[in-house]
Amino acid sequence: MIKFKLNGKDVEVNLDPSSRLLDVLRNHFNLTGPKEGCGEGECGACAVLVDGRIIHSCCFPLANVADKEVTTIEGFSETKRYQALADAMLEEGGSQCGICTPGMMIAAESLLTQNPKPTDEEIRIGISGNLCRCTGYNMIVKAIQKASKKGDGLW
Amino acid sequence: MVKHVIPKNLQDALNHLYQGDYHVIAGGTDLMIQKRNSADLPPLFHSNMLYLINLEELKYVMKDEAQIKIGSMTSLETLLHHKDVPELLKEVIKEMASPGIRNMATLAGNIANASPAGDSLVPLYLLDAIVVLASTNQTRYLPIEKVIIGPRKTVIQANELIKEIIIPIPHFTQTSWVKVGGRFADAISKVSFAGAVTVSEGIITDFRIALGAVYMTVIRNRAFEKSYKDLSVEELKNQLPQILTRYQELIKPIDDQRSNKNYRNQVASNLITDFIQKI
Repeated sequence: MIKFKLNGKDVEVNLDPSSRLLDVLRNHFNLTGPKEGCGEGECGACAVLVDGRIIHSCCFPLANVADKEVTTIEGFSETKRYQALADAMLEEGGSQCGICTPGMMIAAESLLTQNPKPTDEEIRIGISGNLCRCTGYNMIVKAIQKASKKGDGLW
Repeated sequence: MVKHVIPKNLQDALNHLYQGDYHVIAGGTDLMIQKRNSADLPPLFHSNMLYLINLEELKYVMKDEAQIKIGSMTSLETLLHHKDVPELLKEVIKEMASPGIRNMATLAGNIANASPAGDSLVPLYLLDAIVVLASTNQTRYLPIEKVIIGPRKTVIQANELIKEIIIPIPHFTQTSWVKVGGRFADAISKVSFAGAVTVSEGIITDFRIALGAVYMTVIRNRAFEKSYKDLSVEELKNQLPQILTRYQELIKPIDDQRSNKNYRNQVASNLITDFIQKI
């Protein structure tokens, strides 16, 4: 039995501890925000926060989450910080087809928590593990920059 | 039936390794992908698994006058932001993978995976890193080049785990790190190079070169390096053609999907040349 906190709630699962956290979130908890893109840690579509830091849930065994706190885009969406980021993404056109968006938001949150006033270069490093197939990187960088300024004090 | 164990502490982990056949897993960023199964199915692990990443007693960075000790389960991202980690190692980690992977990955994983292209291995070779292998009956302190003996091959015994990595505090006057990869993030090296030199009053007192992804293991040759000690910088530069010839004999790259022999050979020589010319 593996216990952890998922989006603020204590949960327990009795699944194969080597299962990918991604599959557990999607199939067992019906949290479909994290998606499988490449399945090998390169695209970031599966990104979630573990103890507030971005990780790729496609190469993260369930066992490694024991006693940790997992936040998916669904849990994050209930915060003011999410709203600030989502507004900025809308205003800057940071979301096109949308498949990378949950991962991008998770990457932005992980970055801004550690570095509330990042430079553009730091933002690009922060989202360097997330691929946008529409190649809308400039708008995403602008959106994160905007959220950082407008959402002053939230991070 | 494969067993999966999350040990309570280090001693518990060592006891499991002593009693049975377990495969150690740290962040999982290599193993989970190497053993990847069809979508929705757990990876195909054929041995019992021991999950070490959450052992807090293996997460630390400690520094004294002579060395830095890194607990084996410390994440790369933690090391990247830690004041006591040598700058050269940070420079390398900065170009490894991406933040999400670095939050999971460890130096110990890079060592145990023993890929010829493992980026952190190059500075660890260069910095004379010692790998501390623990088991219930002994602790072994081995230089990294004695731990990795070939692609995916190490001398780590079935009852051992990597407990710590020890790095002597470096005092070089100049270091260099170059990673040649397809892109800045998430790239596996085509060739990688680390160099370090100490120059005192125009004389070379320490000279080191390590190359990654151009041989079965990282290349470092202490005999070569020693022969350039006590030369003046100018004498060293004059010897560049001979230095390149010597290193060319060690460099035995392969062709693969990322690059080819000729490119790797040429780039490795260029990187050595550039390093020496800039001393």
